This record gives sequence, structure tokens and C-alpha cells, in this order.
Amino acid sequence: MARALINVPAKAKRGDIVEIKALIAHPMETGYRHDTKGEPIPRDIIKSFVCSYNGEDVFRAELFPALAANPFIAFSIVASESGVLTFSWTDDHDQTEVRTAPITVE
Amino acid sequence: MKQEQKKIEPNRRELIASGAGMMALLLIRPAQASDETMRGAMRQFISEAQVRTGRIKLDLPPLVENGNAVPLTISVESRMTAEDHVKTIAIFNQKNPQPNVATFHLGPRSGRASVSTRIRLADSQTVIAIAQMSDGSFWSDSADVVVTLAACVEGL
Repeated sequence: MARALINVPAKAKRGDIVEIKALIAHPMETGYRHDTKGEPIPRDIIKSFVCSYNGEDVFRAELFPALAANPFIAFSIVASESGVLTFSWTDDHDQTEVRTAPITVE
Repeated sequence: MKQEQKKIEPNRRELIASGAGMMALLLIRPAQASDETMRGAMRQFISEAQVRTGRIKLDLPPLVENGNAVPLTISVESRMTAEDHVKTIAIFNQKNPQPNVATFHLGPRSGRASVSTRIRLADSQTVIAIAQMSDGSFWSDSADVVVTLAACVEGL
């Protein structure tokens, strides 16, 4: 289980635009580097990130090796209703890491 | 025999044409994307559409010490309503091994068209961001960055 950090305001007013920050611990190995023996290090990156709000996708990203290690993404959403934000990161091996965060909208 | 020569020709031409390519070879650096591959990647994203400058702002520090994590912010002027919003923002670079950096998909529920992330830059170069609006128009902005310590070159 990779470590992930998510920053979602716990409370928001209806219609407010809130900033969401998401970071996951991942080397984002580019596939262009070599180890000490000169062997190429295989590529291993997070290739996609999705944030859904009560089941509906609100933000999506496709990532390439040019993204820094421990990919950090900040974006915003409209706080429309109370519920759950789901964050999922998918890597080159099609393994998906999922985190959720509640949001209360008044 | 002739066919083979034909195949080899463009490669050689490209190599000789780009001084940067020669430099890369001399330094035994991994393959670099060139202006051409960046334009190719951009063409794939915009297809036949026209790209205008404006509406989008790409924020990158002009001088970075460490190319391994360069903070980047893109913001687009848009009301972000169901009728008029930013659909996609794509980032391209000139000199990393691959021309693509990231593609972000937004919608009316984003509220504000602003995305921040951290990227790698293998060299001092130009970074380009292109936004696709819901009306099908494309807008772009570019930023030049000087990198003192490049990403990707250090060993383990």
C-alpha cells in the first residue's frame, strides 16, 4: 500500500469552489534510467488519476514519465452536495490505489 | 539495396540537421524529444484545429535548480458552466525523452479551471500548455525554463 495524502476541506458551503490536493508516494520510474550495472530500469509510473464525487467523475488526469516522483495534483471542484470524494491512481501494472475523503456541504 | 538506403536517409538527415541531436549523442544521453516530436504530439491533441494564444496561463519558475520536481500551475479564463467550460488541458515539453507531460480533464463541476502539479525537466527548454474548450477552440501558452540540475541524468 502506497502512502497517499489527500487534502479536502471537511466542510464547505453549497456552491463553493474548493481546492483539492492529492499526492501519492510513487517513484514514477521513467524507464530511461540505468542501474549501477548498466541495466535499464523498467518503467513504472502512475499513468492515470481519477477523482469522483459521489460516484461521478469530476477530474481525470493522464500522466507521463515527465511527472515528478510522488505525483502531486491540485485542482478544484464545486461543493454541490455532502458525500464522498474517491481518488484512484492506476499504475503501469494496472494496480489501482483508492482513497476516499468525506465532504460535508451546508 | 536502394530501398534500404531510402529508409536510412531521413534518419541521417534528422541527425545531421539537429545540432541538439548530435550533442545528445556525444553526451550519451537518452533519446530527446525534439521540436518535431513535440509538434507531433501537439498535432495529435489538436488535430486540424487552430490554436490561439491567450485565455490560458502557464506558470513555471523561469529558473529552477532541480529539474526533478518543477512546480507548474495552469489556469484558464473560463466561466466553467455547462455551456462554456474547459474540457482538457494538455502539457507538452520540448526536450524530455517524451513530448507529453500530462493531460487533465475538467468539466463544469470543476468550478475553476486551475490545475497544479510538479514535473520533470531534463534540460532547459520550452513548456507548452494547450486548453481545449467545450466550444472546440484551443488556446495555448508557453514558458521558457532554465534548469541547472537536470532530471533523468543522475545515476542511482
